[in-house]
Amino acid sequence: MSLQAPADKPQGWTFTYKTRRAVVQLAVLLVGSAVFLTPLGWMVLTSLKPTEQIFLFPPEFIPKPVEWDNYAEAWSQGEFWTYTQNSTLVAALNIAGNIFGSSLPAFAFARLRFTGRRVLFLIMLSTMMVPIWVTIVPTFLLFKFFGWNGTLLPLIVPGFFAVPFYTFLLRQYFLGISHELEDAARMDGANSLTIYFRIVMPLARPALATVAIFAFVYHWNDLITPLIYLTDEKLFTVALGLSRFRNSYRMEMSHMMAAATFALVPVLIIYFFTQRLFIQGIVLSGSKG
Amino acid sequence: MVHGYDALDDKTLNTRTGKGGLGIARRENLEAYLFLLPWIIGFLVLTIGPILASLGLSFTDWQVGLGMNFIGLENFRLMVVEDDLFKKSLGVTFNYSLMALPAGIVVALAMALLLNQKVFGIGVFRTIYYLPAVTSGVAVAMLWAWIFNSEFGLLNWALDLINVKGPAWLLEPRWALPAFAVMSLWGAGGLMIIYLASLQAIPQTLYEAAQIDGANVARQFLHVTLPMLTPTILFNLVVGIIAVFQTFTNAYIMTAGGPNFATYFYVLHLYNNAFGYARMGYASALAWVLFVIVLVMTLAVLRTSQYWVFYSGEKE
Repeated sequence: MSLQAPADKPQGWTFTYKTRRAVVQLAVLLVGSAVFLTPLGWMVLTSLKPTEQIFLFPPEFIPKPVEWDNYAEAWSQGEFWTYTQNSTLVAALNIAGNIFGSSLPAFAFARLRFTGRRVLFLIMLSTMMVPIWVTIVPTFLLFKFFGWNGTLLPLIVPGFFAVPFYTFLLRQYFLGISHELEDAARMDGANSLTIYFRIVMPLARPALATVAIFAFVYHWNDLITPLIYLTDEKLFTVALGLSRFRNSYRMEMSHMMAAATFALVPVLIIYFFTQRLFIQGIVLSGSKG
Repeated sequence: MVHGYDALDDKTLNTRTGKGGLGIARRENLEAYLFLLPWIIGFLVLTIGPILASLGLSFTDWQVGLGMNFIGLENFRLMVVEDDLFKKSLGVTFNYSLMALPAGIVVALAMALLLNQKVFGIGVFRTIYYLPAVTSGVAVAMLWAWIFNSEFGLLNWALDLINVKGPAWLLEPRWALPAFAVMSLWGAGGLMIIYLASLQAIPQTLYEAAQIDGANVARQFLHVTLPMLTPTILFNLVVGIIAVFQTFTNAYIMTAGGPNFATYFYVLHLYNNAFGYARMGYASALAWVLFVIVLVMTLAVLRTSQYWVFYSGEKE
């Protein structure tokens, strides 16, 4: 959209006005960026400081000397290698479970016709609103009845059943896939399972990647489920291990920030490489059904 | 136009070309239900089953290790009459929504307007503004507890620069909840993205028409941008209310509900009853109250929406 400069104003005015406007915008954007980045920068800087440099006012920002050892010490104070393995296992299985458990129903809702589709879809949409706290007590008792409490199973098995939010997201994406290929395949006698595996799933890779990313971030960060089900430190996830870290009073602030940095780095790396998918997923889920 | 489920109504089930007859329809039904199986099992076993089971449990006094008796509505009477922490936690949660939700909507909208400009490097700025929204959980809570540190924290240092003596934030009952709201604004990028997408979906012709009518930037915002964004604001409000009622990790890590229960969010009370005191009956009653609150709030917001939400293309 370009507006013509009013005829009675000299041409130079438009130029300086536009330039000034751009400079102000850039300045505001830069200040905002500083505000949003500072907390994370503060975390990393604290994690690298020697103890005597932490409790100073006004603070000294640049660590002197840079204490990389803080990371090694934080790492050795908790069983972080074990936590990382557990978190990775839980996240990986949930990614696989969420992708299949949610894409199968999403395929039915988007591409198949069956009695009760509208009603079932509305029911699924409304369950998206149910907070996990509403179901947490009976679910805990059910898993206790199965003898699963104290194992990783309560963190993994539910992932293999549809997550309504991901089902909705994938259904939105599946709706947009052209029917031409599907019709041609059906002519050749392909059944729905073939269509699902050979046509819809390969074409939906971006949406599946979005689900995988969301699932990873959710399970990597989740505290509630591990907190409720796990008791043995050998099975702790990173989030739960970190929360125990927080409660031990002997812990140095620099070590806590080193551990926090360690826990955030995988999520940040994934975000930097896949931000387009992150943003698409949010926009897709916000679009009207 | 995508092939929406509205376009393919259930009534068209038997009119497909090439193949016809009830046998096909029945086979299609069976096939579809097999695809739905992961959702159906999950829905029955992990959603509706537990919801109904917790309704049943809410009428009992069951405490793990002790007996279970049917006590009717006693749990709900306890809540209203005797359990001061129930009222406290509800108050904390509502107060927090009143602080965090409007502030979040305003800040996110301002960010979206700012990031909707065509400026050099806008992609990088969007990445940065959205970044905090992908971080959450224990690590972020630990980080903010350190930022809010009264003596050596970053926030009070920043306030000191403009000659303001910062409060002790998480240690003061008056300031702990506002501190949580400040922290939530850091993650406003999540909302911002949704506003940004809606901003970009507003047809440019509307602005052109407004300009021809002589509307300045402020009027364009009030009469074009804002009405066109109301559906998004509604969506964010509903999602926001539900999210606030589930605030757990930050409170559990940063304050454990303190000081003096100033950040004792509703689900902390639920958590303590269920997994601290093993009072499963009472916790189930709390869970059902939560369920009803979320339901009522959502319906109320949707109901009032007809007075302030504008859907383009809708008949007057």
